[in-house]
Amino acid sequence: MSEWWTYRPEDFLLFSPRVYWRMFELQNEALWSLHLVTVAAGLAIFMFLLRRPNRDSGWIGLLLAALWVFVGWTFLWNRYVAINWAIFYVAPLFAFQAVVLLIAAIMPGGLRLDRRDVAGWTGLLFAAAGLVLYPLFPPLVGRPWTSAEVFGIAPDPTVIVTLGLLLAARGKLLPLLFPIPSLWCLLSGVTLWTMDDRQAWLPLVMVAIVLAALGLRSLIRRSAS
Amino acid sequence: MTISRRTLVQAAAAAAAAAAILPAPAIGQATAPMMRPIPSSGEQIPAIGLGTWITFNVGDDPALRDECADVMGVFFEAGGRMIDSSPMYGSSQPVIGYGLDRLGRPETLFAAEKVWASSSADGAAQLERSRSFWGVQRFDLVQVHNLVAWEAHLQTLFEMKAAGQIRYVGITTSEGRRHDLFEKIMGSHPLDFVQLTYNIVDREAEEQLLPLAAERGIAVIVNRPFRQGALTRQLDGHQLPEWAKEIGTTTWAQFILKFILSHPAITVAIPATTRVNHVRENVAAAYGVFPDAAMREQMAAYVRDL
Repeated sequence: MSEWWTYRPEDFLLFSPRVYWRMFELQNEALWSLHLVTVAAGLAIFMFLLRRPNRDSGWIGLLLAALWVFVGWTFLWNRYVAINWAIFYVAPLFAFQAVVLLIAAIMPGGLRLDRRDVAGWTGLLFAAAGLVLYPLFPPLVGRPWTSAEVFGIAPDPTVIVTLGLLLAARGKLLPLLFPIPSLWCLLSGVTLWTMDDRQAWLPLVMVAIVLAALGLRSLIRRSAS
Repeated sequence: MTISRRTLVQAAAAAAAAAAILPAPAIGQATAPMMRPIPSSGEQIPAIGLGTWITFNVGDDPALRDECADVMGVFFEAGGRMIDSSPMYGSSQPVIGYGLDRLGRPETLFAAEKVWASSSADGAAQLERSRSFWGVQRFDLVQVHNLVAWEAHLQTLFEMKAAGQIRYVGITTSEGRRHDLFEKIMGSHPLDFVQLTYNIVDREAEEQLLPLAAERGIAVIVNRPFRQGALTRQLDGHQLPEWAKEIGTTTWAQFILKFILSHPAITVAIPATTRVNHVRENVAAAYGVFPDAAMREQMAAYVRDL
């Protein structure tokens, strides 16, 4: 691209905020009442992690893998790509993330959600916010309830819950599981920011939390060795 | 699309319909929209077209597709002809095709498209896809989008024009980018059209490009006349000057469009909108009297000082 320095993020925004939020309205309308199932599944994850933190959590990886495929297919591939051609290249990354989650879930020591340091608890807190608070945002920012973003149905809350859980996890494949959700949060945050949307800070703060948490852990590890 | 007698009659009928829809012009004002000649052919075209950047990228949403078709319907009723799009504009092309189907394929359509690909071969395949999305037999105008791979595409487009597969060839830029190269291509290739950004605050094109277009006989399409809506939003809190009535403007959008269209080198401005009342308002700017050079400077100074 010539004279790339003359382009601003808003030059790459191909759609209006109205069209963007209508996608969520149509997605919710098409998939309602599956929301109840995905939110119940999310609550079950938290109940399990709080009551039995040391038990095998492979099923959580399997569940997340299924939801990443589902959101990638129903939302990114079947809706978002129609208004944003760049999603054509992003949607396969959701499938890749699902495959890595699947492998991590079934391989011994691949994914254990029993890390309870400061970063781990912060991750769980943000994951809970992604599950419970995210759908409540529309009236706060002047949008109809019908455009609510729900875990397992819309990408942002699904990705934020996943990142939060990963911060509370340990496992051999963990380094492979952070990049794609973090990049999605960055992409989504910049998209919302270019639309002047008040929700833009949410995915961007999540990326900052992940970077800070991983940086802090690395620092602690180095000073301990 | 060739202009048949039937087409001309339909265009005249559309202009008459527009006169019925639009506010009645003041005494002494014209009753038909401003027409501008395409210098390379002499064909007359209405000075207000319809852009589709962002506004027509509504995906598969049936309600929003219908709104776009309504916008197109009012545009054609008001006498408009040129609709401009690009493969870069997401779902805009299939949405135009949907609208044309719903409107019974208006024969007055002037289909302006772009090629936006890194190679000539990819460009040819892309053009065929675009044609299929629009559902037209051929495009009236094909432009090289933002000068991407411009040498290869221009060669292909001139061959297509010679073979009668398209009628006009052009190049585009936006927001003042690559004006040096743009000027070089305008001076060395037999272009029919150029498309660039020009409005009451972005006047860089007046220095070199617009005089060169007039000298070389190249039609000029103006994109982003309202800076993607930012300019009208910025001006909306201010009163129009009292003297704006002299040129029949009642809104800032018309004020800006009158300024653009009164430059003698400009052929068509292509504001984009999702609202039918805005289409009417935009097309109405092509009616009536236009500012002279002195008033143009007064208009620019007024906006600059706000």
